[in-house]
Amino acid sequence: MKYTEDHEWLRAEGDLVIVGITEHAAEQLGDVVFVELPEAETKVAKGDDIVVIESVKAASDIVAPLDGEIVEVNEDLVDNPGLVNEDPTGNAWFFKIKVEDLGQLDGYMSEDEYQDMIS
Amino acid sequence: MPELNRTPLYDLHASLGAKMVPFAGYEMPVQYALGVMKEHLWTRQHAGLFDVSHMGQIWIAGPDTANALERVLPQSVAGLKPGRQRYGFLTNDAGGIIDDLMFANVDPEAGRFHVIVNAAGKKHVLPYLLEAIPDHRIEMSDHLALLALQGPEAEVTLARLVPGVADMAFMDFGTFESDYGPLDVTRSGYTGEDGFEISVERQHAVALAEALLAMDEVQPIGLGARDSLRLEAGLCLYGNDIDTTTTPVEAALEWAIQKARREGDRAGGFPGADIILDQLANGAPRRRVGLLPEGRAPMRDGTELFAGDTKVGHVTSGAYGPSLERPVSMGYVATEYAETGTKLEGEVRGKRMPVTVADMPFRPSNYKR
Repeated sequence: MKYTEDHEWLRAEGDLVIVGITEHAAEQLGDVVFVELPEAETKVAKGDDIVVIESVKAASDIVAPLDGEIVEVNEDLVDNPGLVNEDPTGNAWFFKIKVEDLGQLDGYMSEDEYQDMIS
Repeated sequence: MPELNRTPLYDLHASLGAKMVPFAGYEMPVQYALGVMKEHLWTRQHAGLFDVSHMGQIWIAGPDTANALERVLPQSVAGLKPGRQRYGFLTNDAGGIIDDLMFANVDPEAGRFHVIVNAAGKKHVLPYLLEAIPDHRIEMSDHLALLALQGPEAEVTLARLVPGVADMAFMDFGTFESDYGPLDVTRSGYTGEDGFEISVERQHAVALAEALLAMDEVQPIGLGARDSLRLEAGLCLYGNDIDTTTTPVEAALEWAIQKARREGDRAGGFPGADIILDQLANGAPRRRVGLLPEGRAPMRDGTELFAGDTKVGHVTSGAYGPSLERPVSMGYVATEYAETGTKLEGEVRGKRMPVTVADMPFRPSNYKR
């Protein structure tokens, strides 16, 4: 598992990378009440705003952590945004992105590095 | 950044795991361990304890205070019976609202009134009153804390400590001796629920809060849930939904201007009376309305509202309503679009989303009349 400075977690599965937000991020956001996801088969560039999360406090964006193509989004979050608080690193993944070069992951933090950043 | 004030309950908030945020010059709890959503629902089902000590408590005493207050408020103060409280607002010469407040007739013989103003209004409301009512003793109490206990189990819990409160009706004011010193209690609040606001000497505030929190029915509730509770109840937040540029008629607050100030020998005589009385008779160009967005996305303050291509208003408060399980907003629209059921669109992140004008409160209030 790799981590971004935007509090996303990235898990490689074959040539796909699954993306969600960390427990720390979910806690900071507070109760999530709305999630807007991109369409599947959308080409994205690293840094694009592709997901909107609204919590009881505010709206925030999730950016594409990698260049690639969104191949699947987690529709469960649309009907049950609270899943983001219940199981942020498991069932509440946001999207799967197909990347040509998994080497893009190398620049991101390890678990230990991420824990250091937030502590 | 200027140093933030702390209420007498600051250490208690910290020990309860509160997340503190700056609010109107104070360091206040925005949420506790339960989180905003559960705190909101808890208050609607049980009893929630709020620290509202940041608000200003003003005591006024002197000759014929009711008439003096009617020079600055469009409310009927002379018509308020002893032991009763009323909602009101200070107006300016343009008919705008300087601050909204609660005032209570405490002791008619001493001409003594208790007034609660918003935290942000403390700095300018006190000098304003001192100048407008120079022949009265007017004091902002810094030796008092203010707790709100709100929800259907507020009566049963507070009555364990202060039995007399069970006999109070909505908007009653009473003074009680207690193990926590003298308490000035009103049966009111800002959540749409039954409940009480309790003015307590600051050295007793923590003990009183701890005694209430020791009861199974009571949880501490932060400002986050206070905001969603008052929004579902259709109540205005000063600075968001009303301010010096909104008149009471635009703000749909004419219910708070009693008949005695509209006609007869006590009509008018408050700042902006000509404008406000004219709008009461003939309407205002815009109006505060409830708004129900379609779908799940909240329409927050600042969202622009459209009818076709015409911009007709904007949202002033908007959030997810945990009890309604949907987003709710309020805002101002041109009066011709203010009728309940009118379909409009709000622009959220560049997209037009449908929203319908709705009656407020969004859910029935639960006051003990």
